[in-house]
Amino acid sequence: MKFRLLSAAATLALVAGMAQAEEVRVYNWSDYIDEGLLAKFEEETGLKLIYDVFDSNEVLETKMLAGGSGYDVVVPSGTFLQRQITAGAFQKLDMSKLSNHGNMWDAIEARTAKYDPDNAHSINYMWGTTGIGINVGKVKEALGDDAPIGSLALVFDPANMEKLAACGVHILDAPAEIIPAALAYIGEDPDSHDPEVIAKVEPILTAIAPHVQKFHSSEYINALANGDICVAIGWSGDILQARDRAAEAENGVEIAYNAPSEGALMWFDQMAIPVDAPNPEAAHKFLNFIMEAGNMAAASNYVYYANGNLASQPMLAEDVIGDPAIYPNEETLKNLYTTTPYPVKVQRTVTRLWTKIKSGI
Amino acid sequence: MRRFSLIAVPYFWLLVLFLVPFIIVFKISLSDTALAIPPYTPTLDVSTGWEGIRNFFAQLDWENFTFLTTDDLYWKAYLSSFRIAAISTLLTLLIGYPIAYAMAQSPDEWRPTLMMLVILPFWTSFLIRVYSWMGILSNEGFLNQFLLWTGLISEPLQILNTNKAVYIGIIYTYLPFMILPIYSALEKLDASLLEAAEDLGCSRITAFWLVTIPLSKQGIIAGSFLVFIPALGEFVIPSLLGGSKTLMIGKVLWEEFFSNRDWPVASAVAVILLLILIIPIVLFQRNEQKQREAEGQ
Repeated sequence: MKFRLLSAAATLALVAGMAQAEEVRVYNWSDYIDEGLLAKFEEETGLKLIYDVFDSNEVLETKMLAGGSGYDVVVPSGTFLQRQITAGAFQKLDMSKLSNHGNMWDAIEARTAKYDPDNAHSINYMWGTTGIGINVGKVKEALGDDAPIGSLALVFDPANMEKLAACGVHILDAPAEIIPAALAYIGEDPDSHDPEVIAKVEPILTAIAPHVQKFHSSEYINALANGDICVAIGWSGDILQARDRAAEAENGVEIAYNAPSEGALMWFDQMAIPVDAPNPEAAHKFLNFIMEAGNMAAASNYVYYANGNLASQPMLAEDVIGDPAIYPNEETLKNLYTTTPYPVKVQRTVTRLWTKIKSGI
Repeated sequence: MRRFSLIAVPYFWLLVLFLVPFIIVFKISLSDTALAIPPYTPTLDVSTGWEGIRNFFAQLDWENFTFLTTDDLYWKAYLSSFRIAAISTLLTLLIGYPIAYAMAQSPDEWRPTLMMLVILPFWTSFLIRVYSWMGILSNEGFLNQFLLWTGLISEPLQILNTNKAVYIGIIYTYLPFMILPIYSALEKLDASLLEAAEDLGCSRITAFWLVTIPLSKQGIIAGSFLVFIPALGEFVIPSLLGGSKTLMIGKVLWEEFFSNRDWPVASAVAVILLLILIIPIVLFQRNEQKQREAEGQ
């Protein structure tokens, strides 16, 4: 009887606790945070954090445009953010609730203002480049010691791809990143919205597509780390995570990342609050928590992406702040380009071209 | 009255779970895209009264359906889905039938256990089971490592990210849906019919073809539809196990929804898919009904 009473009391307490704990729902990219920060946030604020992940901007965008996603904080990339702001998907940030906003890095804010004028709707979470990750041993085995690992030719030259196909190549399933890269490879403006210019990448990508094992935007992390594939066009931090997973597993796989010499896409993942967020108050608390220098440093140290938080830099690990693949030096920085969203008609052409490249139809 | 309520329940079910969602999708398929929430126009605004409703209907058109005919991507994707679903259904039948037969032939006390074994995989999430196939089939996966170890092959087989993996995934996932209806048909089978056939000079194999198969026809048909219909619109399995060249209508739908943000065209693709599916569903229903009538007499 005593036991029963106790458990009844416990159930009551639990129910009461559940009713009291306010929730904040965050929707972020997969493999994109030090999970320790999530517990820390709950501890500091007493809020219950529900943390879901996605692996493509398109999935997030569809949720945003459908409305009623139920999320308080989401993390779209620059071009997607811009389009969703136009559609009216995000609310303006209340700067009075963001006491840590002074920590942000003006050099990055100047660039993200291109997508979000005055940075009124978003804060930068991470930024990085799109480049090439390789399994050093296997690529040298396939192409010899002078393999062009720092160049897009590694992937866009069919002669190289024929030899790499056997050990496996993955390419991001993101036309908005790969088409600009192919344009950069042939010396065109990567941010071109002219369908005739965009059409020029078709022969290049069609020639290599048969040798691509998969177009996918997240599987390459594991596949690279396990040694299942030897080359991936992917996001900088993901490839560096693969490098570390391989090193931890001590499976003899050595992964390296290079921002291609022809130029690399620089992208920004921005935290924003949906216009219909159930708990905008808590969302601001989450953003403020993330902007705390120590927390942002912990996140970057964990995921190997650069962040837009200047105050966090002294707390970054040497293999993050000191790695030019993550924090590019001045010279590389000049070589990076940004893109803007395609207009609706051009978007359809791009998607159709992408399907044609991938499936041959 | 009793009769009416008996009919009303399934029709109400059909109305709520099928017709209403279908009308919503159909309505979107007649709209145009827009950069807004939701991303199409027009949206029905009842507050403006009749005028608003009339306006709403005036803006709907068939443009998205005619668009589908201008690009051969769509019919090729339908056709390719149809082929993959048909081949998978056939293979599932070839594998499922002997299993169901063995279950029905086994001693009574074993049957609950065998049944349990067929159902048991459902206790694990479908997604996790498909993911584990990725671990089994990948170049460095269990299967290749095992085959390399036995010396049967010297180079890893490329199975993951090809259509082969899609077939394996679909067959694995839907096998229980094939086994269970066939098993339930075979279980009811009267063994004395087989004895009679043998008494009348049939060999065991002929008796199987002439008695067992026709009497389990209902189970075969039900099982085949339970596999074919979901396999036709399958998205998860081809996107996880298939390669970039695996063309299925589910993936095309995904692309229209997510990459193009074109809900109206995506809805048009879905409406056509449904129309294609309605033919086998109606055939299936008619077959069931005929059977029931035959049994009733």
